[in-house]
Amino acid sequence: MTDVGRHPRITLYTLSEVVDVKGYVGNFDVRILKKARYVNEKECTACGECAKVCPVVRPDEFNLGLSSRRAIFSPFPQAVPSAYVINIAECLGHNPVVCAKCVEACDKGCINFHMSDEEIVETVGSIVVATGLEVYDPTEMDEYGYTRFPNVVTSLEFERLINAGGPTGGEVLRPTDRKPPRSIGFVQCVGSRSAKRGGSYCSNICCMNTVKSTLMLKEHYPGVDIKVFYIDIRAFGKGFEDLYTRSRRLGVHYLRGLPGTVAEGPDRGLIVSVENTATGKLETHHLDMLVLALGMKPASSTQRLQEMLGLQLTPDGFFLEAHPKLQPVDAATRGVFYAGCAESPKDIKESVTQASAAAARAIRLMHKGEITTEPITSMVVAEACKSCGKCAEVCPYNAISVDVKRKTPAVVNTAACAGCGTCAAECPFDAIVMNHFTDDQILHQVHALLEEDSKEKVLAFACNWCSYAGADFAGVSRLQYPPNVRIIRTMCSGRVDEKFVWEGFRMGAPVILVSGCHIGDCHYIDANHWTEKRVAKIHKKMAKLGIRPERLQLEWISAAEGVRFAEVMKRMEALREQVSFDEIAETVRILTE
Amino acid sequence: MEATVLVKETEPAAENPRIGVYVCHCGLNIAQTVDCRRVAESTALLSDVIVSKDIGYACSEPGQQQIKDDIREYELDRVVVASCSPRLHEPTFRQMLQSSGLNPYLLEMANLREQCSWVHMKDPEGATRKAQDLVKMAVSRIRLLQPLQEDTLPLTPRTLVIGGGVAGIQAALDLADNGYDVVLVEKRPTIGGVMAQLDKTFPTMDCSI
Ligand SMILES: Cc1cc2nc3c(=O)[nH]c(=O)nc-3n(C[C@H](O)[C@H](O)[C@H](O)COP(=O)(O)OP(=O)(O)OC[C@H]3O[C@@H](n4cnc5c(N)ncnc54)[C@H](O)[C@@H]3O)c2cc1C
Ligand code: SF4
Repeated sequence: MTDVGRHPRITLYTLSEVVDVKGYVGNFDVRILKKARYVNEKECTACGECAKVCPVVRPDEFNLGLSSRRAIFSPFPQAVPSAYVINIAECLGHNPVVCAKCVEACDKGCINFHMSDEEIVETVGSIVVATGLEVYDPTEMDEYGYTRFPNVVTSLEFERLINAGGPTGGEVLRPTDRKPPRSIGFVQCVGSRSAKRGGSYCSNICCMNTVKSTLMLKEHYPGVDIKVFYIDIRAFGKGFEDLYTRSRRLGVHYLRGLPGTVAEGPDRGLIVSVENTATGKLETHHLDMLVLALGMKPASSTQRLQEMLGLQLTPDGFFLEAHPKLQPVDAATRGVFYAGCAESPKDIKESVTQASAAAARAIRLMHKGEITTEPITSMVVAEACKSCGKCAEVCPYNAISVDVKRKTPAVVNTAACAGCGTCAAECPFDAIVMNHFTDDQILHQVHALLEEDSKEKVLAFACNWCSYAGADFAGVSRLQYPPNVRIIRTMCSGRVDEKFVWEGFRMGAPVILVSGCHIGDCHYIDANHWTEKRVAKIHKKMAKLGIRPERLQLEWISAAEGVRFAEVMKRMEALREQVSFDEIAETVRILTE
Repeated sequence: MEATVLVKETEPAAENPRIGVYVCHCGLNIAQTVDCRRVAESTALLSDVIVSKDIGYACSEPGQQQIKDDIREYELDRVVVASCSPRLHEPTFRQMLQSSGLNPYLLEMANLREQCSWVHMKDPEGATRKAQDLVKMAVSRIRLLQPLQEDTLPLTPRTLVIGGGVAGIQAALDLADNGYDVVLVEKRPTIGGVMAQLDKTFPTMDCSI
């Protein structure tokens, strides 16, 4: 930690938040709001004389209210920067100066009530999002009695209690009588793995954190009786099983089943009722203290940052990576990387690993000193553009700007364009050219395919990242399917223009397949939503025109779904066989008229 | 495995594309199912195709050399490689074009292995006809391909790290130690995050800070 404070290349802004980000990969303009500390960060030596005279006493957040601090305080002894800070909302001396005892106490004159919040602007080439976690607030799980019964504490409070630098000097004491508990229980999965309250995901660290706590307790207090109530113990990491075995060997009692209710006994101990799912029996346990193993949730600022940077979130609310296997620390927005619990619940080792990976990915991007833009981007034909704004609406990257009111033609920011081609497919005036996947290029493929024996062929569009890769995977797995299909590759299913489909049918295609990544997995954020809408629209028109809508199929096939790809091909072939020459001729007639 | 060479009369008009087509056997991977020579022959008949050959291993050093030699000899300005998936070797062949002085985006691949020979092993005739179509589609597309240029923009070699927990700290230090400036933004009065609140940590059971 101190290395960060000292490092000549690191500028540290504490009490600060990013309030706005403009620009793109390579050059982001970032506005940072730095709140006033009211203590000169550089001059303060953290001698603590100021806090001694401060009359305001408040609960200490760092110790989760288990101890108190003054209005001027240092969060903890090793804090970086090692400077005191005033909580101005609590301070008496501020404006008009009525107290100012601390100002008198500070020999160096570090305290300044006139400091104000600052706005700082920085330009950066890349961004690492490491906003971490917040713990679940268990008060809503009323059956566990947290806040109703003082001897029910959270795992984070327990961390402070057993910490030598904590409020009790490392003695685990019951909050009510300040005596070491003779028996202690741990409740797992509080705020995790539940569809109803907290997250439905596993928080990943709480099992091992509890195992750790039991070992520490047994070390400090060998006689203490420990019970752990759990669904299943997840000790999957390197060295984890050893710790778990050690804990059991020391006599910690692991009991499968989460408590139904917790009540308080006359001695302020806790009466825990639980169905032991290993034996199927209802049990009652009397414990001096109960620790709730809290789950993790994403930092509260997650959503704001998501909007500011154009990122995506998983249904759990954590940041979504560009690819779960191959790009686990990249955001889909180029130049943004994730590290630590911001991306998903994880322990320190994994957080550090991911942070190093994110740094390496950022360096990989920056080391050339310049940034190459992807040439497969879209291009506006200004003369054809009617400034309707459709392209800007569909662009997942906000890479297109159109002034709809002033009717100025659309402009593509090529640095931000990722090349999905959805804009080109959606533009009603053909005013957008998708380089390397132009209308002409693709239509010529359609023609080449269907100019002979069209009745025998299945025309399929596949997106590069998922369905085309899924087709490759079917090949690698040697899955056999009928040879009538011919694939046209586009980068994204969002590129598949309505006219490609109409032209296919007009040229006599019996059936056409549009395929892409599953909804939610689109490589271009959510461009495939537009594919879905477009296909629905074409289906309606087909029905109106008297063309069987089943002849156009939409399938989501992931890169891993080779089997599914082969099945879809068999289904397409079966569909194709049902389409007669007459039906094709009729469609061609309808569409040529 | 003899390679057939089918060289067409060169068209005089300079604006006409000059396409070379290479149908790769991939050893037996493709050739066992697809009649590569027949594919090369039918492709040779397409307009703008100057050279159409079947070839043992297009990606190998000698394979690439042969294509490069042809580019020079026949003044080819674009190349279709009908072989494996572009997801595998597109970068290889783009580089090959580049080293022959052609724009790397004037390449088109037809996927005759993953999406043809490997999935229609019991139907060589069907697979061959499909291969002919795929190559024909590639030729019709490559006629219209435009050279593309990668643009370069200046970049600011600095990184913003949002959050000063253990993850943010590690990322900041790694970047800074590699010579990059870092702006580390932490909303609380100190960095450290949750880890600063922990005493001993699993799995090492040592202290956290
Ligand atoms: C009770 C408990 C016990 C644990 N025990 C262990 C253990 O023994 N071993 C182990 O390996 N792991 C343990 N963990 C997990 C460990 O704490 C995490 O893996 C680690 O803290 C993750 O680091 P991080 O940097 O991703 O997030 P955090 O530690 O949460 O840090 C995020 C930082 O970002 C800041 N921040 C958030 N939003 C913003 C914003 N918008 N702008 C600026 N700054 C922002 C926060 O203030 C914070 O300082 C435990 C976790 C808990 C809750
Ligand atoms: S790590 Fe253990 S306690 Fe935490 S959510 Fe997962 S299973 Fe439950």
